[in-house]
Amino acid sequence: MHIMEGFLPPAHCIAWGAASAPFVVHGAIKLRRVMREQPQMRLTLAASGAFCFVLSALKMPSVTGSCSHPTGTGLGAVLFGPQVMAVLGAIVLLFQALLLAHGGLTTLGANIFSMAIVGPWVAYGVWRLCRSLNLSIAVALFMGAALGDLATYVTTSVELALAYPDAASGFTGAFLKFVGVFFLTQVPLAIAEGLLTVVVMNALASRTNLLQELGLIRSKTA
Amino acid sequence: MIVSRRTNVLLILVVIALVVIPLVFVKGQFSGSDDQGSAAIAASEPGFKPWFHPLWKPPSGEVESLLFAVQAAIGAGIIGYVIGRIHGAARERDARAKGSATHVDH
Repeated sequence: MHIMEGFLPPAHCIAWGAASAPFVVHGAIKLRRVMREQPQMRLTLAASGAFCFVLSALKMPSVTGSCSHPTGTGLGAVLFGPQVMAVLGAIVLLFQALLLAHGGLTTLGANIFSMAIVGPWVAYGVWRLCRSLNLSIAVALFMGAALGDLATYVTTSVELALAYPDAASGFTGAFLKFVGVFFLTQVPLAIAEGLLTVVVMNALASRTNLLQELGLIRSKTA
Repeated sequence: MIVSRRTNVLLILVVIALVVIPLVFVKGQFSGSDDQGSAAIAASEPGFKPWFHPLWKPPSGEVESLLFAVQAAIGAGIIGYVIGRIHGAARERDARAKGSATHVDH
């Protein structure tokens, strides 16, 4: 989902940057509030950011004979809300743009929008929906993380298609072309991301009241 | 616990299978989809040149993979530390609860 440095026209870079900036600012305010009001959550917050760090570094082989990487934003989105992930995701993307030449500064806004905004919001929305349908925490978490991952790559395809519409078939044709590059490759990785998110949440939440403290479940026995 | 220990192990095995199966059964270049996206742009726009270049690039594939490994290691280290801390604190709390309970008995 990384759009490489210099691959979006300047006007698009500015537009995506402008679209992402308020989310990052809002996320930073929310992040500060969590740290102030729930200092006991700082460790879990660090783990959520770290999960994003690990998963976005893992380029995994897929059924299509290509490699891609998960995003890791679903865990933090469920635990702390999607707003916070705009900041944590932006830090990861900045790290990769500056040190790995992966992604870029000019495309940072667009990459933040797909990985650190759309992905986490979809993950959070799917999690809430699944929970309201009385699905278990594990299933809801898996669905949220996996679909958030896929949504990130669909968003990247939209961003690329807006910048480079097909000469004959316009936006739709270009969108389908870019989805073709990303989507099928991403499906097994999204499943892996969903499963890993459950495994890590399990480790974070077992023997603690984490889920109760964050208001994700009510009774202690649930 | 949100899944049983057995399910947990099963989940990890499925993740490993998801990575290993394509490697064993699929013949492919295993190039990155991010780069394929860039290539698709270059293919559809004749004469396309990125208008901005990374300020710094890892000088070789080796250095790049080192930095990716560092990124993953930092993340994994923090997660491991946090899980250890959380479980250590829980154990301590349990031990103290047991201790104070016996103290009340005396």
